[in-house]
Amino acid sequence: MTMNPDLVAPSREPRQGDVSALDTDRNPGHAEAPVPTVVHPGLTGPIKIKAEDVSVFYGQKQALFDVSLDIADKAVTAFIGPSGCGKSTFLRCINRMNDTIPSARVVGKITIDGQDITDRSIDPVLLRARVGMVFQKPNPFPKSIFENVAYGPKIHGLTANKTELADRVEHSLKRAGLWKEVADRLESPGTGLSGGQQQRLVIARAIAVEPEVILMDEPCSALDPIATARIEELIDELREEYCIVIVTHSMAQAARVSQRTAFFHLGQLIEVGPTEDIFQNPRERRTLDYITGRFG
Amino acid sequence: MTDAALPPAVAPARPATAAIQKRLKARYAREKRFRAYGLIAIGIAVLFLAVLLGSIVKQGYSAFYTHAVTAEVYLDPAVIDASNPGGANYDQLIASQQLAELGVADDERGTRSTAMRALFSPDAGFGLRERVIEDPSLIGQTIEFTAPIGDDADLYFKDDISRDTPQAQRRLSDEQLAWLDRMEQSGAVTSGFNSDFFTRGDSTQPELAGVLGAVIGSALMLLVTGLLAIPIGVGAAVYLEEFARKNRITAFIEVNINNLAAVPSIVYGLLGLAVFINWMHLPRASPLVGGLVLALMSLPTIIIATRSALKAVPPSIREAALAMGASRTQSVFHHVLPLAMPGVMTGAILAMAHALGETAPLLLIGMVSFTPGIPEGLTSPSGALPVLVYIWENASERAFHERTAAAILVLLAFMIVMNLVAIVLRRRFERRW
Ligand SMILES: Nc1ncnc2c1ncn2[C@@H]1O[C@H](COP(=O)(O)OP(=O)(O)OP(=O)(O)O)[C@@H](O)[C@H]1O
Ligand SMILES: [Mg+2]
Repeated sequence: MTMNPDLVAPSREPRQGDVSALDTDRNPGHAEAPVPTVVHPGLTGPIKIKAEDVSVFYGQKQALFDVSLDIADKAVTAFIGPSGCGKSTFLRCINRMNDTIPSARVVGKITIDGQDITDRSIDPVLLRARVGMVFQKPNPFPKSIFENVAYGPKIHGLTANKTELADRVEHSLKRAGLWKEVADRLESPGTGLSGGQQQRLVIARAIAVEPEVILMDEPCSALDPIATARIEELIDELREEYCIVIVTHSMAQAARVSQRTAFFHLGQLIEVGPTEDIFQNPRERRTLDYITGRFG
Repeated sequence: MTDAALPPAVAPARPATAAIQKRLKARYAREKRFRAYGLIAIGIAVLFLAVLLGSIVKQGYSAFYTHAVTAEVYLDPAVIDASNPGGANYDQLIASQQLAELGVADDERGTRSTAMRALFSPDAGFGLRERVIEDPSLIGQTIEFTAPIGDDADLYFKDDISRDTPQAQRRLSDEQLAWLDRMEQSGAVTSGFNSDFFTRGDSTQPELAGVLGAVIGSALMLLVTGLLAIPIGVGAAVYLEEFARKNRITAFIEVNINNLAAVPSIVYGLLGLAVFINWMHLPRASPLVGGLVLALMSLPTIIIATRSALKAVPPSIREAALAMGASRTQSVFHHVLPLAMPGVMTGAILAMAHALGETAPLLLIGMVSFTPGIPEGLTSPSGALPVLVYIWENASERAFHERTAAAILVLLAFMIVMNLVAIVLRRRFERRW
């Protein structure tokens, strides 16, 4: 198991200027920084996703500036930052959903398990089977609950027969904590569920193809506190198996569910580190201002 | 206990509230007026529809029944040669026996029997002949035979020919009318459902003319149109909307499709004449050529309707499918198109209904010529309902006029059936969410 210095608490020395100084590759001196004694649990895992100098343009407008960031496996990484700062844009780079926007152009390099996924030769269909996504607004297919969850395994041919498929649907729904509520009405439309149930349904749909990474773009922004707590619990359970990235506007949520937090501002990655450090001891003034609500 | 903390129940009205209240009345009045306009508009539309339908029904319902004369006919062996029963003049046989029944003597030149014959349908003698050929043992016997009457006599019984019209201006003489009156008084005249109208093709004789040939011609044409225009139109729309890059070429194509939807239908007829008949040598006036022309004409409508139905599908569904790892094609055919299906169906049905009622292009590809009988296939000459309406409306016989209106009713019924089928299909698609 490789230990990445960037994944553990950074040194307390005040740093100035370029954020990319945090990037270990470009700052070999970083490795010599005093290794902190406290290693946050769950952060000892290997790097799953590595972004290097990722910039995104929508037409002429640049939305993301040279973001370099490592994301750990079997952990939850939270993206925070004011509206329009490029969190969703960066998230959509990881499963190449930006490909579907004609005006979007992505430069830079993103690797998953060392494989460059921005490469033209990478099939986005295969990539998206490995990297699941949950959107801000629950978007179940206007089909039955069963069909919703079965869709991924079906198109990817993951199950050999009907019983296997049914087992997988049941397993995924159980994993997403929805099974008890829908077991007796799998044939009713997924769009007929409540908002919180729909969001768990799309999570079940995403994990049914057994992805390696799950991207969640503000999954709780339309939910009440109880449904939110349910989803957060779920995220915490899923963390043991998946690499999870979650975009959130709720500082409390980021603090509750994530082990690492990245703060974006105006298209730049300002600061990334263990969640505790970001919230209790941010190195950057802008981070402090944001988490204390001084600007939004 | 917390009541004390609440503000007084009657707070002084804020100036804004007063202003809003003042405007409220005007706003409600405007709403009421708008609703009234809507009701008036619907009322006028319904009224026009009722007048239109009412006048068509009034003109056309009489075509659905017809009259016949039931009489004893002596199959005279002197007239019918038993060795050649088909050779006898059965019309004359019926006419002369009718004259005898009425006690009227024919003159040497046969003027009276000719006048009597004119009162019967050509089908009368034909029917009797068939019966005798089928059973030659009837010769020499007296049988009861129901003879359909001719169009003019039929109109007289339908009170469409008046004695007040001077004799020279009507097609039946005073003498013939007197005969008809006497037949009616004797109880020989019966009226019944005009089944011929639904079981025969076109004819130059109104009493022999029916809509079946045209109905089958129209159905065959719609079959060709639907089988071609719906898959091609939907396919083109899906490609343009979901797959094609948005650039100048697609913009140019889009403009052209919109323009094509506005091209007068007669231009499609000219195109069909030039391409399908003169160049490809497909048979004139055939349902195949008609269907091809109507398919060309329906394509823009179907493409435009399908594209707007696809546009209306929320992008979140596409995103959901793509994020699951569905390919573009899968996301379209598994999710987007099924959701757009009701809209696609509406567009297709509108286009088909339009095609069903289209006349001008069919006239140009040769359907204006008289096509008796019932089309046997896609390549045999055929009529079409709207063309039949056009031809009959221009016919000189008065009896065709009621049949024109009746043919319009059949056309409307055809359309209603088509729309019902469409609604049932739509339901089916919608139930699958
Ligand atoms: N499809 C697009 N076309 C053009 N510009 C876009 C598009 N999507 C996003 N942008 C722009 O890119 C910038 C970053 O947007 P992004 O959606 O990533 O922000 P965000 O951090 O997710 O914000 P929020 O918290 O409000 O969701 C914004 O300025 C936005 O206007
Ligand atoms: Mg966003």
